[in-house]
Amino acid sequence: MATKILTEHINVPGIETFDVYRKHGGYTAVEKALKTMTPDAIVEEVKKAGVRGRGGAGFPMGMKWSFLAKPEGVPRYLVCNADESEPGTFKDHYLMKMIPHLLIEGMIVSSYALGANKSFIYVRGELMYVIHILEKAIAEAKAKGFLGKNILGSGYDLELVVQPGGGAYICGEETALLESLEGKRGNPRNKPPFPAVKGLYQSPTVVNNVESIATTSWIVNNGGDAYAAIGIGRSTGTKLISASGHIRKPGVYEIELGVPVEDFIFADEWCGGIRPGHKFKALVAGGSSVPILPSNLALTLANGEKRLMSYESLSDGGFATGTMLGSGGFIVFDETACIVRNTWNFSRFYHHESCGQCSPCREGTGWMEKVLHRIEYGHGHQQDIDLLVDVAKKIEGNTICPLGDAAAWPVASAIRHFRDEFQWHIDHPAEATQPGAVYRGEMALV
Amino acid sequence: MSKTLENKAVVFTPERLAKAEEIIARYPEGRQKSALLPLLHLLQEQEGWTSPEGMDYVARLLDIQPIEVYEVATFYTMYHIEPVGKHVIEYCRTGPCCLMGGEDVLAHLKQRLGIETGQTTVDGQFTLKEVECLAACGMGPVFQIREKYYMNLTNERVDEIIDELSK
Repeated sequence: MATKILTEHINVPGIETFDVYRKHGGYTAVEKALKTMTPDAIVEEVKKAGVRGRGGAGFPMGMKWSFLAKPEGVPRYLVCNADESEPGTFKDHYLMKMIPHLLIEGMIVSSYALGANKSFIYVRGELMYVIHILEKAIAEAKAKGFLGKNILGSGYDLELVVQPGGGAYICGEETALLESLEGKRGNPRNKPPFPAVKGLYQSPTVVNNVESIATTSWIVNNGGDAYAAIGIGRSTGTKLISASGHIRKPGVYEIELGVPVEDFIFADEWCGGIRPGHKFKALVAGGSSVPILPSNLALTLANGEKRLMSYESLSDGGFATGTMLGSGGFIVFDETACIVRNTWNFSRFYHHESCGQCSPCREGTGWMEKVLHRIEYGHGHQQDIDLLVDVAKKIEGNTICPLGDAAAWPVASAIRHFRDEFQWHIDHPAEATQPGAVYRGEMALV
Repeated sequence: MSKTLENKAVVFTPERLAKAEEIIARYPEGRQKSALLPLLHLLQEQEGWTSPEGMDYVARLLDIQPIEVYEVATFYTMYHIEPVGKHVIEYCRTGPCCLMGGEDVLAHLKQRLGIETGQTTVDGQFTLKEVECLAACGMGPVFQIREKYYMNLTNERVDEIIDELSK
């Protein structure tokens, strides 16, 4: 039985209540941390665990924590990024809705480790019903003495605030999130200064994803070494994967990092295979931003070994033949999916969500959407494919925040691996625009 | 539903005003502007949309300039800055939902309501909006009405929901 760090008790009836959560070992990490550990000792355990940012960037969490500036007399803040908006990703939504106390407990332990006395959970506004669930859980924890003044007699005070967003993908970028939390438009900030030095209200701030924070209770209870023993290489621990698309069993799965991609897609324990009667065509492994791969490259590395669900294995081969684990938004396409249409759809998303600050992103995303639209609707020009590659190149790396890269990669990778399909749309517009028409040329199907 | 706007003064109900004060008190001294997004949600919950008069009222509550409210309300997609119908259907148009037949179900919904995206039915009951990913991709196609998510949509399910809400 694979180790479940986050979801072991997720289906227990009533687990959303304090009492049931407590009965299943909940809040023991708060007791252990506040009564027996110094804040620095917790930071050390999280470092040893090697847990990497689960929102998509994969930056080591312990290292991020150790960058936090600690000037005298200035408050420090922990902000939980629950603005989950990356297409294909719905794990944080699931975790917060099903087992809200896991995040609350992680927030207490993490806030204590960082020396924060007021911490925020910034939840995308569309999830207002989840915000109510979290607020109820916070009220329960407070009533039981796990939040508020002098928690468990330790002398440590903590207040948790749940903040709703207003509908904007860009607020998942940490500095845009902080702007939004200050009541402003979600325009990302220039870095440096990094949030660890000047973040919320110009004070030192750590921003971590929901899933990252939720792991900290287990790490406090079991130790960083135990966590690092799970997984593979530098991809330690477990990861929540949001599986969607043309599979038999879509949903959120907690896996030990290192499971072969092939097993994750085809084994009954996880996705259960492609829907009956269809073949596996392509994969977006880590949310809409990461490069799309054809089925053969998704399952196998250049050297013939199986590709694994880990940071290193998914990015093996660079962007030529690899991709990224990202947020774990795992979107599976069968042979009925049109790559051109999907690429246009994703481009429209990034165009819509660009904050408009940087010209390459503001103009480039709109340009890519327009060109992809005309290819998809039978008006493509012969030079359009090269034009798309050129525009994508000029956005990438030339913007304040990574939204520009996130918009460029899906387009560049779709053309890299499915160029014939784009060419077919341009050469055969009448055929390609028939309802339900899909390119049926040579391609790897599994 | 596109009635001429009356210059109706907006004031929170006593319950909402108490809630607004509780929200403003959450933030450190001098940082009350952080309450802007939550207060705009509260305003829209009461008024049905984010009206200019309502935004001016929120500006006064937070002691900030009205422009600071307008620039925020127009940046985020959840605030309806024009009047809307009784039920606003926010329909996910992003990739994973489309893979599950989201485009066909949307076409059916438009036909059923007799409106296009961005429009309101003549009886003022329904407004249809297309939105980007709602973080429910494994249960697509999906739409949202206020706080409620409607998932695994089919043409039949859409008809049931519209029938139910039309009662």
